[in-house]
Amino acid sequence: MQTKLEKYITFIGLGFFGVLVLVPFIWISTIAFKKQIDILMMKMVFKPTLFNFEKLFFSKEATFFNDIFNSLVVGISSTIIILVVCSMAAFTMIRLKIPQWITALIFLWVIVFHMLPPITFVGSWFQMASSFGLFNSRIALILAHVTINLPIGLLIIASFMRDLPIEIQEAAFIDGCSNRQVYLKVILPLLTPGLFATAVIVFLFSWNDFMVAMNLTAKATQTVPVSIATFSQQYEVRYGEMAAGSLISLIPALILTFFAQKYIVKGLTAGAVK
Amino acid sequence: MNKKDLSWKIYSLLPIILILIFLTLIPLVNIFYNSFFDIRWDDGAYVYTFIGFQNYIELPNNKFYFPGLKNTVKLALIGVIFQMIFGFLIALGISKIKRGKSFFVSLFLLPILLPPIVIGSIWRLMYGFDFGIFNYLLAFFGVFPLDWLGNSSLAFISIVILDVWHWTPFVVLLLLAGLESLPTDVYEAGRVDGTSGWSEIVHITFPLMIPTIIVTMVFRFILSFKVFDEIYLLTQGGPGTATEVISFSIYETFFDSDNMGLGSVMSVVSLFVISALIIVVLNIIRRANKYAN
Repeated sequence: MQTKLEKYITFIGLGFFGVLVLVPFIWISTIAFKKQIDILMMKMVFKPTLFNFEKLFFSKEATFFNDIFNSLVVGISSTIIILVVCSMAAFTMIRLKIPQWITALIFLWVIVFHMLPPITFVGSWFQMASSFGLFNSRIALILAHVTINLPIGLLIIASFMRDLPIEIQEAAFIDGCSNRQVYLKVILPLLTPGLFATAVIVFLFSWNDFMVAMNLTAKATQTVPVSIATFSQQYEVRYGEMAAGSLISLIPALILTFFAQKYIVKGLTAGAVK
Repeated sequence: MNKKDLSWKIYSLLPIILILIFLTLIPLVNIFYNSFFDIRWDDGAYVYTFIGFQNYIELPNNKFYFPGLKNTVKLALIGVIFQMIFGFLIALGISKIKRGKSFFVSLFLLPILLPPIVIGSIWRLMYGFDFGIFNYLLAFFGVFPLDWLGNSSLAFISIVILDVWHWTPFVVLLLLAGLESLPTDVYEAGRVDGTSGWSEIVHITFPLMIPTIIVTMVFRFILSFKVFDEIYLLTQGGPGTATEVISFSIYETFFDSDNMGLGSVMSVVSLFVISALIIVVLNIIRRANKYAN
């Protein structure tokens, strides 16, 4: 049995680590509402201002609305493609009879690809995109995000697929359903929680990606992380806008964590070690 | 089997196979091919000049690649050790509490789910010399301000601290899943024998967790080789090569210096090194899983 003392130590310890996680976010929130002069003077007591947000969205050279739009288009499109491609493939590989080596080969390659640094592929993608006239297009970035997030998508969906009861599927086959009908009418509805978990994680990873987006886009198609990074690269680092942009870019993750924590945890653990 | 069923099998697998071939395999072949050429972008087209192994011969002369490889391995090793220690303690703590569990899980999910570039921005501000929070706190205790990112021995440590902060939560998540799937009967047997508290952790929990710990550790180790965003934003590999990592060397050579041939060689060498590690890792994972069952 736990003693009272152990309980207190556990709570104090967790609280300590929890504060360590939170401090950076609290710090950036205060900076987002400070004027540049207050940031530079390290003022702890300050008059909150929306100045940074105004500049971020409405200054003459502001691109932030456009950046958010790009991020959403790329995130949502790549997520939908991954859901369709991976759920079909996972159903066929796990639930239908196909030669074993095909399944083994696909899974092995997907896992190995997942572990390789994406920068080793981005050079080729860049070359391919510019040869096909797709550099600085959303299509190139969507395809790249589909590719980098495909492994985690497939692993999560496959792990949910393995947990589905096989009896319903067999009953459907006995009733004369074709593979396509079983996939559409039996598997997909049962798989909804898995698809949801996958969608949340894959969308966030696409929304968060900086490295691939930076190398495949230019001003017109840049995503939010790329935009945030540019604030630190000008002559004078624009801390206020950097903080304001950062704060806004946290919103999807915060909302999704709040509403779908259970699915995210299940998805991340399922996609990690298999 | 009827024809219709076979055609489903083919067209359900075709998209994933096409993506893997065109966007992972062909790029891989392309990188190998590139590594034997001098490549220039001229008048809207790439001009390839075959130079044999020249790029490979030049690689050791590159000031960044091998120091970067060394740093990457060092960062992965040191980072993973601390992540495992803190991760195990936190996971253990969360598994013990009854109330507030999901609150703490959400809290520790944040660093995994938020954009790394934002995490980089935040830490860059916190490490700032004149107005960062670390130096503010040091000044509070009367200690001189430190140049967290500009001093070459300190910069690497600063990156390690950030890496541990960023990825410990991931370890927490995986270890927590492991802890919660441990058989309860062993604990009950232990309690009958009078084990409790600390000795329960040392003699029951830890040994049972060894397979999960090993799998998590090697997995995190390999994924550490991907580090890029934070380095890009915080130090750009500097000062000197103090925080250079392979992904950043490849990026700079390929995209900044437009030396696509040499950049490809760096990619090829990195792929070989990491593939060798992956083979070792997959073997370790297989063995750990066997031990677990």
